[in-house]
Amino acid sequence: MNITEILFWFLTALALGGSLMMVFSKNPVYSVLWLIVVFFAISGHYILLNAQFLAIVNIIVYAGAIMVLFLFVIMLMNLNADNEPQKNKWLKIAGVIAGGCLMLVLVSAILRTEGLKEQTLSLSGSTGLIKQLGKTLFTDYVLPFEISSVLFLSAMVGAVVIGKKED
Amino acid sequence: MNTILLAIDLPLVLEKVILIALVVTVSMVVAMYATWGERKVAAFIQDRLGPNRAGPLGLFQPLADGLKLFMKEEIIPNASNKVLFILGPSLAMLTALLTSAVIPWGDKIEMFGRTISLQIADVNIGILYVFGVVSLGVYGIMIGAWASNNKFSLMGGVRAASQIISYELAMGLSLIALLMTTGTLSLSEMVHQQQTGWWNVIKQPVGFFIFLICAFAECNRTPFDLAEAENELIGGYHSEFSSMKLGFYLFSEYINMFISSAIMATLYFGGYDIIPFYDESAWGLSTNLMALLGFLALFVKILVLIFVFMWVRWTIPRFRYDQLMNLGWKSLIPISLVWMLITAVFILATR
Amino acid sequence: MQLTNRSKQVDRRPMNWAEKMYMPAILKGMKITLGHFFKKKVTINFPEETRPFSPVFRGLHILNRDEEGRENCTACGLCAVACPAEAITMDAAERLPGEENLYREEKYAAKYEINMLRCIFCGLCEEACPKDAIYLTETFAPANYSRKSFIYGKDNLVIPDPKKDPEGYKKAKGLIDERKAKANQQTA
Repeated sequence: MNITEILFWFLTALALGGSLMMVFSKNPVYSVLWLIVVFFAISGHYILLNAQFLAIVNIIVYAGAIMVLFLFVIMLMNLNADNEPQKNKWLKIAGVIAGGCLMLVLVSAILRTEGLKEQTLSLSGSTGLIKQLGKTLFTDYVLPFEISSVLFLSAMVGAVVIGKKED
Repeated sequence: MNTILLAIDLPLVLEKVILIALVVTVSMVVAMYATWGERKVAAFIQDRLGPNRAGPLGLFQPLADGLKLFMKEEIIPNASNKVLFILGPSLAMLTALLTSAVIPWGDKIEMFGRTISLQIADVNIGILYVFGVVSLGVYGIMIGAWASNNKFSLMGGVRAASQIISYELAMGLSLIALLMTTGTLSLSEMVHQQQTGWWNVIKQPVGFFIFLICAFAECNRTPFDLAEAENELIGGYHSEFSSMKLGFYLFSEYINMFISSAIMATLYFGGYDIIPFYDESAWGLSTNLMALLGFLALFVKILVLIFVFMWVRWTIPRFRYDQLMNLGWKSLIPISLVWMLITAVFILATR
Repeated sequence: MQLTNRSKQVDRRPMNWAEKMYMPAILKGMKITLGHFFKKKVTINFPEETRPFSPVFRGLHILNRDEEGRENCTACGLCAVACPAEAITMDAAERLPGEENLYREEKYAAKYEINMLRCIFCGLCEEACPKDAIYLTETFAPANYSRKSFIYGKDNLVIPDPKKDPEGYKKAKGLIDERKAKANQQTA
């Protein structure tokens, strides 16, 4: 087993363990912290795939900004395990069924995809480096890129409208 | 950082471990003496002498302070979340030290028949890595603040979080203007560009200025130290902390200051370049001597920038929170956007 | 009402564009603080250097001896009478034969106590003394834990004997001379 494999299994265990802990933690603050651990493990996977840009952006955007806001909200609302209202039993069962269906779909999708392994391996060149990524993004995929920026703009406008004080 | 590098190369690993240990030690010592420097600068600006009892010029004062912090009683509040209470200061310290990995502390040196780079990790996304770690810096404060189970602490943590997130944007935008002129994300590459040519501060004065202001805000330094505003929030996010856990918070602030000075020196003041507009390799000095001189040059730049941090702290009073937010969102972000546009137009026009 | 010509009307005009940038004002402030950085410091490093006392400063008392080491005090009680705080008490005793080398005159103070917590250091005892016996020096009472320790007896007050401790005697005499010189300066 070479060092890449060791790292891969370590990061996989970390990601899976972290996500399980995130789901099973009673305290929402712990959940957020475990989710951050998961993001780090996934970023580690990206680095192993030589997708440095993706790895660092994952950390900046998700761990650095979005999770901070999550934590912010949870801390301000002061959600605790004690004062959490007891959920309806049927709601729980419905949740389990819905989640199980989603998992089934995902698993079958992954199993049916041909050549996923080869595709992953082929990434280990310089595809994930920022230069190639930038060139691809601004030549081949320029239209989707711009459309997504319009999406962000509309989201921003929406946020401003919501945040504006009523006259 | 790529897959091939991960195969174990024992001398390389050893070299990196020694380098990491050295960099961490240097950061710690500089941070330690920054506390001494802070007190001296404060005193001199206020026509006092500052600490001068422990050792000559009070040089052993940081050791005495450290000893005092270690000896103090360790108090963990009963109603606090104990795990997170300990995790908070540790995270603050960790994120403060992490950034030093990508800063080129000097040119290459030759030793034992090997050429050793004085940069721990020359990743080609260096500046993004810095940015990522900076954005994580807020966790230490927030977790510690929330775990204290104290309203004032929480208030301080919330202030710190929103302040850091707000100023990160302007910081990133000012960096984009810089990246457009350099065309690279790698810090060592940027230093190489500045070694023979102009320093980036001449090309990017406005960008540097915005970066400097944002660095003040990211380090929670006055005039942006709202998170620990004593007159409003007792001690701010570290109200409940005592002993070395408090020491870690205070210390990480100084390490942050050191690291952000190092980043500014690298990005805008040529890093280990000694004289602008001049190619030092014309002196014909040996590689090791050049590396040493370069490191000293970088160090002098860092110390000057740290002095600027302190100088500003002891001159300008604290902002009010709405003023802080207005400055960040309504002034710095538009200015940096406009500056980005100007830079882009300039680059296109001169191409 | 104008008391000095330094008062300045508060300027409440709305800030103009340049002032709203704050930068000129901040740079001005930075210049001022940098100027102070190089200014002479006003600190006095206390144990090594002390702040000079004013010429009229009055500190702890001492009881004088003459050149042969005899105590000047004759327990006349004038100091105690003069004392507005009633801090001085004394017991008089008659000098026995063979004690001529200890006391200058036939009567002496067997006990002489000053309560330094009561004393207001006004110096009236010094002025009242006809025998050149009591003087106030430029030291002040050190802090202590008990009230009792602030009652200074003869062992604390009388200056060293010139035969046993010529150095200490000289020093104390120097203090007294200084005190006298300053008093003369005041009257002149």
